[in-house]
Amino acid sequence: MPRLPRLPWLPFLTLVTLVIYSYGSLWPRLPGRSSMRENKHRGSETVERFLDSTLESVDSAEELALAVAERAGFDEDDLMKIGMAVRESMVNAVVHGNRYSAHKKVRFSVTHNETRFTIRVADEGEGFDFSTLPDPLAAENLMRTSGRGIFLIRSFMDEFEMRHLEPGGTEVTLVKYTVSK
Amino acid sequence: MSVKLSTRQVGDVTVVDTAGRITLGEGSSALRDTLRELVGKGQKKILLNLGDVTYIDSSGIGELVSGFTTVTNSGGQLKLLGLNKRVKDLLQITKLYTVFDVHEEEAGAIRAF
Repeated sequence: MPRLPRLPWLPFLTLVTLVIYSYGSLWPRLPGRSSMRENKHRGSETVERFLDSTLESVDSAEELALAVAERAGFDEDDLMKIGMAVRESMVNAVVHGNRYSAHKKVRFSVTHNETRFTIRVADEGEGFDFSTLPDPLAAENLMRTSGRGIFLIRSFMDEFEMRHLEPGGTEVTLVKYTVSK
Repeated sequence: MSVKLSTRQVGDVTVVDTAGRITLGEGSSALRDTLRELVGKGQKKILLNLGDVTYIDSSGIGELVSGFTTVTNSGGQLKLLGLNKRVKDLLQITKLYTVFDVHEEEAGAIRAF
């Protein structure tokens, strides 16, 4: 009976493989603005970030969304609308949701497939009553200095949804129908 | 690029040349500070030239409204000049386009005060 070759480095190799695998699966949950997960395959792409509650994150999210949207084939006019909708959503999450807290993150994701370009922005704030949003076009609100963000998002995107998160926070989902290339 | 603001005098009208992005943070606060400073100095005729503004968000729109109210409440007038298509579209969908006195030519805007 032939003797099997001895592989003394096999346990070490197995350990290294397990460590690399674990690190990869934990990567999206690591704290900090560089936390990321990216998937690319034919005709679709998903990017996710966990961002600090700062205005710099608003810029980062806009740049990220525009880069993906450009690859998805949107024209200049749609890119402007997507960029603005992302800015408004991020400002709401950073300023009104997380209130610039250094202890709270904004989960930001962009994904697109053949038909839909979807952005999700989730904060860890206390949430708010969606029914209290004032109509910025009402005569009594026209000269208000704030309260137009969600109105602009609705105007620029094809779909818009808000939902409460448990145990706390708000997630908004923005969808733009993907253009055919 | 954030916002860049500079002022110049044309007769009794102060023209505020604005360039860049008017967004939440540095951009919108710079515009607010400039307009309040002019009102504080007693300037009554202010022409806000937005010809080189590339981007404005809801906070920037809020600052335009705030500036308009501040100047008007002090007995002055604030007019807008040189809106590009994007800014014009934004003011139209927010129904603010007719609130502001908007001009395309500087000479005409100066005469309108």
